[in-house]
Amino acid sequence: MTTQTSTVTPILQGKDLVKTFGRVVGLDGVNIELYPGEVLAVVGDNGAGKSTLIKCFSGAHVPDSGEMFVNGEKVVFHSTHEAREGGVETVFQTLAVAPALDIASNLYLGREVRKPGFMGTIFRTLDKKAMREQSAAQLRNLGISTLQNITQAVETLSGGQRQAVAVARCAAFGSKVIILDEPTAALGVNESARVLKMIQDLRDRGLSIILISHNMPQVFEVADRIHVARLGKRAAVVTPQSHSMNDVVAIMTGAMTVPVEEQQLAPVR
Amino acid sequence: MSSPSTGTVDLAEEFMGRRSTMQRIQGALHKYPWLSPLIVLAVAVVIFYLLNSRFLLPQNLSFITQQTVIVGTLAIAQTLVILTAGIDLSIGAIMIFSQMLMANLAVSTTASNVLPIAGQNPYLAIGLGILGGMAAGALNGFLIVRFNLPPFIVTLGTLSIWTALTLIFFKARTIQGPEIPDQLKWLGSTFKIGEFQLLYGVILMLIMYAIFGYILRNTAWGLHIYAVGDDPNASELSGISTKRVIFSVYLVAGLIIGIAGWITIGRVGSASPNVDPLLNLDTITAVVIGGTSLFGGRGTLIGTLIGAFIITVVENGLSLAGLDQAYRVLAVGILVILAVAVDQWIRKAKA
Ligand SMILES: Nc1ncnc2c1ncn2[C@@H]1O[C@H](COP(=O)(O)OP(=O)(O)OP(=O)(O)O)[C@@H](O)[C@H]1O
Ligand SMILES: [Mg+2]
Repeated sequence: MTTQTSTVTPILQGKDLVKTFGRVVGLDGVNIELYPGEVLAVVGDNGAGKSTLIKCFSGAHVPDSGEMFVNGEKVVFHSTHEAREGGVETVFQTLAVAPALDIASNLYLGREVRKPGFMGTIFRTLDKKAMREQSAAQLRNLGISTLQNITQAVETLSGGQRQAVAVARCAAFGSKVIILDEPTAALGVNESARVLKMIQDLRDRGLSIILISHNMPQVFEVADRIHVARLGKRAAVVTPQSHSMNDVVAIMTGAMTVPVEEQQLAPVR
Repeated sequence: MSSPSTGTVDLAEEFMGRRSTMQRIQGALHKYPWLSPLIVLAVAVVIFYLLNSRFLLPQNLSFITQQTVIVGTLAIAQTLVILTAGIDLSIGAIMIFSQMLMANLAVSTTASNVLPIAGQNPYLAIGLGILGGMAAGALNGFLIVRFNLPPFIVTLGTLSIWTALTLIFFKARTIQGPEIPDQLKWLGSTFKIGEFQLLYGVILMLIMYAIFGYILRNTAWGLHIYAVGDDPNASELSGISTKRVIFSVYLVAGLIIGIAGWITIGRVGSASPNVDPLLNLDTITAVVIGGTSLFGGRGTLIGTLIGAFIITVVENGLSLAGLDQAYRVLAVGILVILAVAVDQWIRKAKA
């Protein structure tokens, strides 16, 4: 197999990203490209720098050096708010939901909708009704039927339902890119399957997705390409077709290296 | 790395789809945090009425509202702070500083004054006094947000600082009622509704409860206060500037404390640096009895108002029943511990 050159601009790109925490090196010069309409899986051992990498794109970390691009344009995200404005939505490993708040409030957390007219502009009144209705519609769109009561506090939900809320929040607002950091880690078989289905639906709607997961069968099921992280660097990019699960694990642990010309640095067109 | 803030899921319970009566009570208290303080207040009122029927006379009820107004107003500030999982130990000290500033600005006799600031327009004096409270609140917020210091420590420090500054600037001198312009004392004057004698200060307090209750429920800022207290990391990742929210809460607390200073001058009728040193603890007591969780993110202002009334009702009721002060302290102490225990239990509820 040969290197695929592509004329398509990556929707999300990182060049030589470095992020250190004191003396701990989280990222040691990582390159990453996500192309429009694909699911890019990011795999790697614990501490390989997966979460750190995506947190740069989510605005939760600012890289020490290196550059990031959205649609070919250089971006700097100082906060998650800026990243969301830039079209990058993230489901964090910790989910980042407020347990005591209800589902609708969580979906709209940080971008609440105010009432029209002077009630909204002068008294800053939130339009709870609109937010509830739109949240319910959003959950229906995603085929999440297990959440009946939109005013239910998130802490009363099961792990899978919480995950669904976090994913729904991203799907509701994601305009370009959705990043999911181990979205199925806490889920049972059925719930995992539902999230994977959701990921495929989102891709079919034209969104580009980065999926971090330790679950190889899941990765091989949904990913178009697989970015293997190792020791704060990118070890290789392969596809489910070009390499087996055992190969990927070998690359993760350093037992195997893949020559650049055999990697899949861009999707096959 | 932080772990997901998920509670334990009681699978068996979910599986069975059944809930016992206890769980139902737990669920209701969880959903309506003001329910338990309301029950306590109702029970207390009935008991004290049975012990002494004078308890429910209009004069006595009016007196109870007057007794509640200072702690009640300050407890609004304390509620906002505690909802963010913080605590403000400096509330009493700031309130005293702010009322002393107000009175010293407005007092007419320059001779009796310590700082050369006297003789201001009374309204300007009130405004500057409240501004002083806001500045003190802003200092708390700045220290907590900028240097990542625990609110307990910061406000323990500023408690001493404002107490000391009050003594340094204004000496230990009480400014007597006749020296103070009427505008500063206006909130202490009363009006009659039927047989009830109400303070304007009580009305102002109730208006503030309504306004802040509305803000907490219906604005993004209010929602963010709950979110930040509930889970600061999640809030930050959701795009909320937690630092801005926390700073603004201490600033607004300063505003409320300044207004409470104005109310206090009216209620006491003079401006003294020797106001009850237990004010801080009473505000925390009111908040806790009122069902707001010290861990943040959970609670209501209406609960705090009920909590503040419970303190006064217990005090007043026990003294009408002929028991002395020590029993009041004892009763309030037991109530606080019960309230926290109930809160811990409620937090385990699933719905
Ligand atoms: N906030 C932080 N402070 C200090 N060190 C950190 C921080 N975040 C990450 N690190 C370090 O950076 C390295 C990469 O961590 P990261 O969380 O990105 O790993 P990961 O690949 O997501 O692992 P996992 O599969 O366990 O989620 C680790 O050595 C970790 O200890
Ligand atoms: Mg991780």
